Amino acid sequence: MRLFSVVNREIPIAKRRSLTALFLLFFLFALPVVKSADFFPAGIDTVYASEDAAKPATPAGEGEVKAAQPEEKKKEYPPAPQLKESDYPQVKYINGRIMTWMVAQLHLWFAAFVLAVPIFVFIIEAIGMATKDKRYDKLAYEFIKVSLTAYSITAVFGGLLLFTLVVFYPDFMKYMANIFSPTFLAYALIFFAESACLYIYYYGWHAMETGFSKWAHLTVGWMLNVVGTMLMFFANAWVTFMMSPHGVDANGVFEGNLWAAIHNHLWNPINLHRVIANVAYGGSVVGAYAAYKFLSARTQEDRAHYDWMGYTANFIAIAALLPLPFAGYWLIAEIYAYSQQMGITAMGGVFAWLFITQAVLIGALFLSANYYLWCGMERSKGAVKYTKYIKYIAFVIVTCFLVWFTPHTLILTPGELKALGGPYHKYLGPLGIMPAKNTAVNIMLLFTFLSFMLYQRCNKIPTVSWASRGNAFQIAIFVTAIINIGILGIYYGYFTNTVYKVASSVLQVASTLSVIILCTVINIFMYKGAKEVAPLQWGKMPDRSQYALFLLAVSFTWLMGLMGYIRSALRQHWHVYTVFRDSSPDAYTPTIGYAANVVTVATILFMAFVIFIFWLSTLSGKKETAHH
Amino acid sequence: MKNFLKVVIFSVLVVVFYTLFANKYIPSIKPSPPPAEAKLDLGAMTMEQFIHLGDEIFHGKGTCELCHNPVGGRAPLLDQVGKTAEERLKDPRYKGKAKTGEEYILESMKEPSTFVVAGFGVKGTNDTQSPMPVVTSGAIGLKDFEVDAVIAYFQNKAGVNVTVELPKEAPSAGAEETAHVMVPAKTPEEVVTKYGCGACHKIAGQQGALGPDLTKIGAKKNKEYLRRAVINPGAEIAAGFPPGMMPPDFGAKMLAGELEMLVDYLAKSK
Repeated sequence: MRLFSVVNREIPIAKRRSLTALFLLFFLFALPVVKSADFFPAGIDTVYASEDAAKPATPAGEGEVKAAQPEEKKKEYPPAPQLKESDYPQVKYINGRIMTWMVAQLHLWFAAFVLAVPIFVFIIEAIGMATKDKRYDKLAYEFIKVSLTAYSITAVFGGLLLFTLVVFYPDFMKYMANIFSPTFLAYALIFFAESACLYIYYYGWHAMETGFSKWAHLTVGWMLNVVGTMLMFFANAWVTFMMSPHGVDANGVFEGNLWAAIHNHLWNPINLHRVIANVAYGGSVVGAYAAYKFLSARTQEDRAHYDWMGYTANFIAIAALLPLPFAGYWLIAEIYAYSQQMGITAMGGVFAWLFITQAVLIGALFLSANYYLWCGMERSKGAVKYTKYIKYIAFVIVTCFLVWFTPHTLILTPGELKALGGPYHKYLGPLGIMPAKNTAVNIMLLFTFLSFMLYQRCNKIPTVSWASRGNAFQIAIFVTAIINIGILGIYYGYFTNTVYKVASSVLQVASTLSVIILCTVINIFMYKGAKEVAPLQWGKMPDRSQYALFLLAVSFTWLMGLMGYIRSALRQHWHVYTVFRDSSPDAYTPTIGYAANVVTVATILFMAFVIFIFWLSTLSGKKETAHH
Repeated sequence: MKNFLKVVIFSVLVVVFYTLFANKYIPSIKPSPPPAEAKLDLGAMTMEQFIHLGDEIFHGKGTCELCHNPVGGRAPLLDQVGKTAEERLKDPRYKGKAKTGEEYILESMKEPSTFVVAGFGVKGTNDTQSPMPVVTSGAIGLKDFEVDAVIAYFQNKAGVNVTVELPKEAPSAGAEETAHVMVPAKTPEEVVTKYGCGACHKIAGQQGALGPDLTKIGAKKNKEYLRRAVINPGAEIAAGFPPGMMPPDFGAKMLAGELEMLVDYLAKSK
């Protein structure tokens, strides 16, 4: 505890209390402003008729709809400008698109990290309060310390992104401001609120660690998450409006209902997808931090601490990774529902091959996460009974990965083409379509969950009388789900029409989620009061296991960059899909290789910044140690 | 420091692996450039050119082929819609206003939900709502004469009388009536990109592998052969390649100047 007393001394108690009160007042004031009806002046319109989705903007010239719009609104809100190449400012030696792309991506990575970390810091702090185990509190504090420097860098990149957009795309920004300016102001206010929450949360950690003040501290953590998530939702509104504009007519004339523009067709799917993905991503980056500290640790105590930190971070990453494919599936389904053209461009057009690249990356994520769990079994003496199953789990996961990785159309030499008699392989061809991939992904998820279950129970012996029946029931649930997923994938995927093919994938997902939920509930009851085989030997992990955590973090970063590119590029040559055309010299869609190169350069830059942040955090640790 | 370097090298190697994979192991498809806009002389158009324009719009700007194709099963095939349109009018479910086949097709393009072919409606709507976008708005944004051209193309393809009338006059004075399909390519490389030759052939820096390598084709074949191979690819099949893989309609799609430019380019590729 002495280690942190310097921080406590930095802010006197009276000052800390005033600061807390000031912040609470500010927050209470700011929140109603954000929710105020002034920001959503024209009421709420959240209903999407499907024809509205297919036809996002009302066609101009179609009498009845046009007539329904008051004339003064047309004067108030201009149509989307029709730009020429010369309307886009050029800066010598700088390509506007690449710069905007890289800065936006760097901002997004850091933003994802600083939004995710407080979510699980809040959870870990709450667990620490409930269990009264000081290790959790220390871990949560270390997490938030890492995110503090990242927060500043996020803000710097956010500012840089704004300047870049204003410099290179002034007309676009003007158009967006015409519609979204109230949210810009709200965003700035909420940003202040988030900063205040974060600083109070971090600097007040040790001043507010007992009694009621600990609850107040936890409340600040909750508010930090609320305002952070609100910030992201605002940014998501702008981004999704560009993909699925709502509340504007065919010419891009804003109809005056801000809520309609915010609550566009893809807003909620992106909100959900990003919240889950951010948590998984934040877990993976903190895991990499812990892995580095583990490798550099000089005492067994430090090794044990960072091993535990790495395990917890990896647990968070996997827990969020498991539902992520379902959130992604919902997003793509909504993209199809909004515009079949956009959906087909994503999955069947030029971007189709990007999803093969995505399969490689997600395969790497699953394999590294599983490998880390298998290595983690070395911490327990009771793991021996389960290690024989690892090779079978590995075989299933690799097989599923290969199915997911199989492209629909193979790239062949003329000789190979002749030998095959066409572009599709007789046996491998059917593996290229979605039913096979959905089946593979669901089974991969189930076996990853199985790895996790084995890890969890390897050091425990259940004491309840119904343990053997519980195990049998869990096995039955797994087997039933696998058979169900297989039948749904094969019969409905290949022997019925498209409607059933799509519908069956939802049932496959339901099977997987049912297994995860049911088995978790059974485990909770079955292992209540379980005996430990022996104390877990934290720190007893081979060094190679830590590289799985690095692989996880690097793969996540690159994957986010790639998927961000796809999401953005789906608009093709439109700033705002269907209403505001991009006429800049860079309006073309680049090749996958080009996009991959840009993502790689951005990833390396991001990694360099992350190393810098970790280094700073080490310096701060040294300073604290020196004081004592 | 040793650990630091090991971690950095490991991380960079992972990123380099992904980059190489994306660059070397998946096909480098060059997406089509954004549709250019060009003025169209509607007043001087013949019916053949009008049908050809409809063909181009169906496969290009209209993006109809994305769904109306035999692979995905997302939308009904339209090969015979010129004929079947009349039958649809007699369907008891039909409640639209069209009286003729031409009007039915027009209605289905502008108000797709008026009549939805059984099995192709939005899920859960019992075929009362169509997933098809209105072709005259949004990203597609066809002009009225472009819609007419597509109808002419459908009627011609189905072998029925073409009933749509040619546009009688040029677009209103000063208005920039545009089409996205009649812009002639200016260089052989543009021709290759425009018609997607590189998806199958190795040509002009593109690395297609499904068809013959054309980088040195001029050393083996003369202009006459090359021209025939584009216009009528089934006439002679290159050894080692299955028949029927090359689209047979480049002769109809390609402008004469583009064809000659491409043939010249191939003949000089030695």
